[in-house]
Amino acid sequence: MEIKTIQALNEIKNEYTSKINMLTGADFTGCKYKRQVLVCGGTGCTSSGSPKLINILKERLAEKGVADEVEVTMTGCFGLCALGPIMIVYPEGTFYSRVEADTLDEIIDSHIIGGTPVEKYLYREEADGNAIVHKLMDTRFYEKQHRVALRNCGLVNPEKIEDYIARDGYQALAKALTEMTPDDVIQTVLDSGLRGRGGGGFPTGLKWKFACANRGNVKKFVACNADEGDPGAFMDRSILEGDPHAIIEAMALAGYSIGADEGYVYVRAEYPIAIQRLQKAIDQAREAGILGNNIFGTGFNFDMHIRFGAGAFVCGEETALMTSIEGQRGEPRPRPPFPAVKGLFGQPTVLNNVETYANIPQIVLKGAAWFQSMGTEKSKGTKVFALGGKITHTGLVEVPMGTTLREVVEEIGGGIPGGKKFKAAQTGGPSGGCIPAHLIDTPIDYDNLIAIGSMMGSGGLIVMDEDNCMVDIAKFFLEFTVDESCGKCTACRIGTKRLLEILDKIISGNGELEDLDRLEELSNYIKANSLCGLGQTAPNPVLSTLKYFRDEYVAHIVDKRCPAGVCKKLLRYRIIEEKCRGCTACSRVCPVGAISGTVKNPHVIDTSKCIKCGACMEKCKFDAIVKE
Amino acid sequence: MKKKLTTVEFRGTPEQEAKLLEVIAKYDGVPGKTMPILQEAQEIYGYLPIEVQRIIAEKTDTSLEEIYGIVTFYSQFKLNPNGEVAIAICLGTACYVKGSGDLLDEFTKQLGIKEGETSADGKYSLEATRCIGACGLAPVLTVNGEVYGRLTKADVATILAKYKD
Amino acid sequence: MEKVNVKINGRDYAVDKGMTVLEAARIAKIDIPTLCYLKDINEIGACRLCLVEVSEGGRPYRMVTACVYPVTEGMSILTDTPKIHAARKTNLELVLSNHDKRCLSCVRSTTCELQKLCNEYGVDEDAFKGAKNHYEVDTSSPIIRDNNKCILCRRCVAACKVMQGIGVIGANERGFDTNIGCAFDANLGEVSCVNCGQCIVACPVGAIYERDDTDKVKAAIADPAKKVYICTAPSVRAQIGECFGYEPGTDVEGKMVAALKALGFDGVFDMNLTADLTIIEEANELLGRLQNGGKLPMITSCSPGWIKYCEHYFPDFTENLSTCKSPQQMFGALMKTYFAEKEGIDPKDIFFVSAIPCTAKKFEVGRDGQSASGYADVDVAITTREVGRMIEKAGIKFRELDDEAFDKPFDVGSSAGAIFGATGGVMEAALRYTAEVLMGKPLEKPLETPEIRRQGNDNEYRTASYKIGDVTVNVAVASGTKAAKALLKDVEAGKVDVQFIEIMGCPGGCVNGGGQPYQPASVRNTVDLRALRASVLYRDDAECDIRESQKNAAVMKLYDEYFGKPNSHKAHEVLHTHYVKRGLWK
Repeated sequence: MEIKTIQALNEIKNEYTSKINMLTGADFTGCKYKRQVLVCGGTGCTSSGSPKLINILKERLAEKGVADEVEVTMTGCFGLCALGPIMIVYPEGTFYSRVEADTLDEIIDSHIIGGTPVEKYLYREEADGNAIVHKLMDTRFYEKQHRVALRNCGLVNPEKIEDYIARDGYQALAKALTEMTPDDVIQTVLDSGLRGRGGGGFPTGLKWKFACANRGNVKKFVACNADEGDPGAFMDRSILEGDPHAIIEAMALAGYSIGADEGYVYVRAEYPIAIQRLQKAIDQAREAGILGNNIFGTGFNFDMHIRFGAGAFVCGEETALMTSIEGQRGEPRPRPPFPAVKGLFGQPTVLNNVETYANIPQIVLKGAAWFQSMGTEKSKGTKVFALGGKITHTGLVEVPMGTTLREVVEEIGGGIPGGKKFKAAQTGGPSGGCIPAHLIDTPIDYDNLIAIGSMMGSGGLIVMDEDNCMVDIAKFFLEFTVDESCGKCTACRIGTKRLLEILDKIISGNGELEDLDRLEELSNYIKANSLCGLGQTAPNPVLSTLKYFRDEYVAHIVDKRCPAGVCKKLLRYRIIEEKCRGCTACSRVCPVGAISGTVKNPHVIDTSKCIKCGACMEKCKFDAIVKE
Repeated sequence: MKKKLTTVEFRGTPEQEAKLLEVIAKYDGVPGKTMPILQEAQEIYGYLPIEVQRIIAEKTDTSLEEIYGIVTFYSQFKLNPNGEVAIAICLGTACYVKGSGDLLDEFTKQLGIKEGETSADGKYSLEATRCIGACGLAPVLTVNGEVYGRLTKADVATILAKYKD
Repeated sequence: MEKVNVKINGRDYAVDKGMTVLEAARIAKIDIPTLCYLKDINEIGACRLCLVEVSEGGRPYRMVTACVYPVTEGMSILTDTPKIHAARKTNLELVLSNHDKRCLSCVRSTTCELQKLCNEYGVDEDAFKGAKNHYEVDTSSPIIRDNNKCILCRRCVAACKVMQGIGVIGANERGFDTNIGCAFDANLGEVSCVNCGQCIVACPVGAIYERDDTDKVKAAIADPAKKVYICTAPSVRAQIGECFGYEPGTDVEGKMVAALKALGFDGVFDMNLTADLTIIEEANELLGRLQNGGKLPMITSCSPGWIKYCEHYFPDFTENLSTCKSPQQMFGALMKTYFAEKEGIDPKDIFFVSAIPCTAKKFEVGRDGQSASGYADVDVAITTREVGRMIEKAGIKFRELDDEAFDKPFDVGSSAGAIFGATGGVMEAALRYTAEVLMGKPLEKPLETPEIRRQGNDNEYRTASYKIGDVTVNVAVASGTKAAKALLKDVEAGKVDVQFIEIMGCPGGCVNGGGQPYQPASVRNTVDLRALRASVLYRDDAECDIRESQKNAAVMKLYDEYFGKPNSHKAHEVLHTHYVKRGLWK
C-alpha cells in the first residue's frame, strides 16, 4: 500500500471507517462484516492463552461457513488483565471474560451466529451483587476511565495500519506538515500542558523547544523511551502492543518540530510482542511512505529504528538510555549537557516515553485547549496506571489527572480481595513511595504525589493490604535498586547498599532506634548527591515508609516483632497445645528436626532450631500451628 | 549479582560462527552496533562465552574487556548456557507480593541450584526475572518460555515432574 | 575568550565561558577536592566528592559536582560550607566502608589522595559497617592490581582506554559488584596489557602499583660476591627530584648520582651512553635497509611498552621494528660482555640494575634474546619511584647531598642521548647522526628538528620531511599507543609514506612514563608535567658541548675496541634482539 499523499490517506480512512464505526457505536452502514470479534492479544491475555483461542475461533467460524461475515481481530490490551483471555463481540459490545476453548462453541452458535449473547459467560460485577454486565464500557472498571493514550488499545488491530488510519491516524502528521510550522507544533504541545509521563513530569513542549535551535543544520535525533522497568508497570508495553502507529506518528511529529530525521525506540527486550508489533508497524509505515523521504510529498524526511534493552533498569534514565543505544554499558552521564544540547551520539536529542508520545497526535489534531480541559491545574490530561498487588482488578486503567486514589482503588480496581483492609498504595515504583490509607483521597497528579513523598513515576500502582509489611516493602524496592544500580557513582553504589544493610538489620531483629536516624540521614545524602535519577530517588521507598509507617519500624526494633507477620526472622511458629492431636505430621516434615513430641501427645517446636520455613504449618490438618 | 563464569565446554559449530560473522557484517558501520550484535550472538549461541566474545571483539576492533564489561552490565546477557529445562521466576512487585520469592526458594530446595546457576549436568537452570508483564496471573514463572500462573509452593513439584524426561 | 561573571564564596570573578566550576575555582586559587576527575580523559562525575553549592538565576543553592558543571552568567558558587563538608565526609566514609584500610603498610601511604582527604575531613573510618568486596590480588605481571583498595574512580580505565586506546582493564559487572578488571576476570599477565604503567600513575590510591624489586637490589648490594652497578635513564634525573619535594622540571642529576653512590652501588652510570650507541646502531640499520631494500618504514624499538603493543596489536609490523635492543638492555649487555672482559669480572658476578621511568622495562628484562653474556643483560629494572623509596628508606638526606658525577668509563653521554626521554628525541638524535653520514662530513651545527618535538597534543602523530643533501628522509613520530595505532593504521592504508618512525609507548615519551613519581590529580590537571620534565632534557641539549651521538668518544671507543663497526656481527650478538608475533590473545 502506498500513501504518498494526504488524499490517499483520506481514501483509506473512508474505506475503513464503517468497520471501526461498528466498534465505537457510530453508524456502520456499509460495513462488510456482520459481526466483529475482538480478542485481546496483550501480554497478559497471551499468557492466558488468547492466541490459541483466536486460532480455534477462526477454525470454527470457517467450519461453520461464516468466516467471511465475521471478522476476528486480535487487539491490544483491554486493561482487565486478571480476567483474561478477554473477548468482545460487536456490534453489541458484549464482554466475555476468562474465555475457554470449551465455551467457545456455545458463544459462536448462540451469539456470533445467532445474535443472542450467552449470559452465563458474561462478566458479573461483584460490587453490585454479582449483577450481569453486558458491555465492557458498563463495568465499574471502565466507567470512571477516560481513554486518551489508550484510545485505540483494545479497539484497533495493531498490525493493520488501515485500522489506525480509520481512527484518524496520521491525520495529525498530515496537518502539521501542511498547515503548521515546526514552531506551531511545539507551541501547541507547550500550550497543552502535557508533562512527561515517564516519571519526572517535565513539560514536553519545553523539552522540544530546547532542542529546536539550528533546524536543518545540525543532525538531531528523536528517541522514545520504551524501557519500562518499574516492577509491576506495563503501560508503555500495552500502548506499543495495542497502538504502535501512534508512537510512530508522534515521533515523526517530534522530528518535524525540532528538525530531526531519525528516531530510535529503545524498548525492553522482555517485551517480544510489543517489539514485534512495533517493527511491523514501522515496516508498514515505511512501505506506505509515511516513514522515509518526502513524506506526503512535503519534503519532510523521517525514519526510525528499534534498539533493545538487555535488562538494566537504569537505562530508563535518559542519559543511560542514550549510552546504551550507543553500544556501551548503560551508565548515566552528568547533566548538563542536557540531551537537547548533546544527546544521542553527541547530537541534540528529544527523548520522551511511550505514553507521552501516545498523547501527541491527538493534541496536534484536536488542539491544546482540548487537552487542557482534562486534569488539574498543573497536570493536564490523563494518566495510565498499571494496577497490581492486592486488588481485585489487576490491570491497566487510564483516568483524568486529579482522580483520587480511592476512586482508582475502590471503584475502578474493585477494592481489595478477601475483605482485607487497604494499607497503602505504592506509586512510582522503586523511585516512588507508599501512600498510606489516610491519604487515599488525594487527587493524583504530579505535584500532589511529590508533596506526599511519592512520585508519579511511569504509572505502576501497587496496592498493599494489612498482610504486607512496610519495612519489607521498603527493603524489596531497595533490593531492586541495589541490584540495578549501575555502580558508577559512590552515593548510589555504596550508599544504597548500606541503606539496605540497615534495613536488613532491622528486619532480622537486630535494629536499634538510632538506625532510624541513620536511615534518614543516609537517604537524604543519597538523594542529594547521586549522579542520576535512579540514585536520587532510590531512598524514596524508605523515606516514605519511615514517614507514614514509623510504628512498624519501631515494632521491628523495639518489640522484635513484624506486625504483618512477614519478616521471617522475627516470626515464631508455635503449636497450640489444645489443638494438637499428636499426629506427628509436623515433626516428620520439619527439615531440621525442630519439632519433638510423642504420638497422640501435643508436640513442641524448638524455636532455636526452627528455620521458619512454614512447612509444619502447611502440613498440619488441625490448624494447630500458628505463626506470631 | 555477579555473573558466574561457565564451566561448560564450548560447543560452537562452524555454522554458528558463519552466522555470527554474517551478523557482524550486517552491522558494519551502524552506530552503536555492539549491543545488537551481542543480542543476536546470544540468539545464535544461547550465551556469550569467551570464544564468541573474542570473535566480536576482533571483528569490531573493540577490546575484549569492553565487550565483557557490556555483557556483565546487562542482566540478559548470559555467560552460562541455559539448562535444557530453563526455569525463570518472575520477581516483579506483583508476583513478589503474591509469594514468588517462596517459589524461588522451593525450586532452589528441590533442584539444589541457586538463582543464576545451571545444574552440573546441564539439565536445569534457574533464573529470577524482572516483571514479565503477566501480573494478572501472579505469581508466574516460565519454563522454556511457557507461562505458568497463579502458583503456590505445592505446584513446584508438579511442574518439575512434567519436565523430568 | 568570552567571559562570564561569577561569585565564588561571595567574591566576584570573571572567568572564561565554558569553564567548569572546578576550573573557575582554580582561578580564585581554590582547590576543590576530586577523586575521579582527570582532565580530558575522565570527566565522568562519578566519585561525587567535588560537590559544591551553586545558585543560578537567583534560585536556591543546590549541590552539583564541580568537575563537570559549567559556569553560567551570574552563578554564585560556595565551595566551603558545613553542608558541603558534611556531604564530602559522608562520601569519604562510604568509600572507606568498602576499602581495605590497611594504610600503614600501603605503598601509597602519604601519597594517597584518599588518605589525604580523609585526614582533612576528619572521617570516622567505621561510620558505615557492612559487606565488603574481596578480591584476589593480581601479581601476574609487573603491574600489580589490588582491587581491595580500589575506589572505582576509573582513572586507570581512562588511562588505559581513553588515553592509551588499549582498554585491557575496564569496569565489569554493575552496582556494588562493579569492579575494575580484565575480560573474564583474567589476570593482567594473561591479557594483551603492554605494561605501560599509565594506570599506576593515574591511580589515586594503592590499588595499582608496580612490583617492588628494591629488596632484590638491596640483597645484591649486601652480597660481597656481587658487583652491583646501576645506570639511570635520561628522564630519571628530570623526575626524581619530585620524590623529594622539588618542583617538577628540576634537574637533580648530581644529587641523584650522589644518592645512588651512597646506597652502595659499585658504579653509577649514565644511560645516555647506550642511547648514543642505540642511535648509531639504529641509524646504520636504517641506512642499511634503505640501501638494501629492507623492510620499511623502520620503527624504533627503545620503548618496551610500544614493543609489546606492536607484538599484540600489530604483529605484522614486528618486521618493521629495529632489531636494536633498548638502551637499558644494551647497557646491561655491554656490562656483562665488554666491561666484564675489560675488568676481568665473571659476568655471573655482575648484578646490573637499571633505573628507569618505566614499568614495561620490568617485563623487558625477562624477555628472550636479552642475555648477550648468557646471563640476563639486566637483572632488575626499578622505576624512578622505587629509586626514590630506596633513598628515602636508607635515610639519605637527598636535598642535602653535594652533586657527584657519573662513574667512568661510562660517564660520557651526548645530549642527543638525553633527549631520548622526550617524544621525538630519538628521531632527532638519529637524524643528527644520519645527516652527517649522508653528507659525508660533520655539520656546522647539529640538526634540530622542532617539527617533530611534542606539539602539545600527544594523541596525534607528527610527520616531517628532511632533505639532507640529495636524500629526502620522511619521518613520523608518535607517542602513546593511541597515536601509534592511528599512525600504523594510516601507514597500512597508505596515507602515511615514511621511511623511519619513532614510537614511544607513553604519551609524551619517557618523561611521562609509567614509572615516574606520583603527582596528585590536582597537579596533573593543572600542570603540564610532560613539558616541564622534557624542558630539563632540552635545556641539557642546548647547553651541552656534545650534541651528537657520533661525538661521544666513549661510544667511539667501544667500536674501536670491541664491536669494530656499527651493525657488525659482534654488535648484532650483543646489541640486537628479536620479537614475537603475539596477536591479541597471547
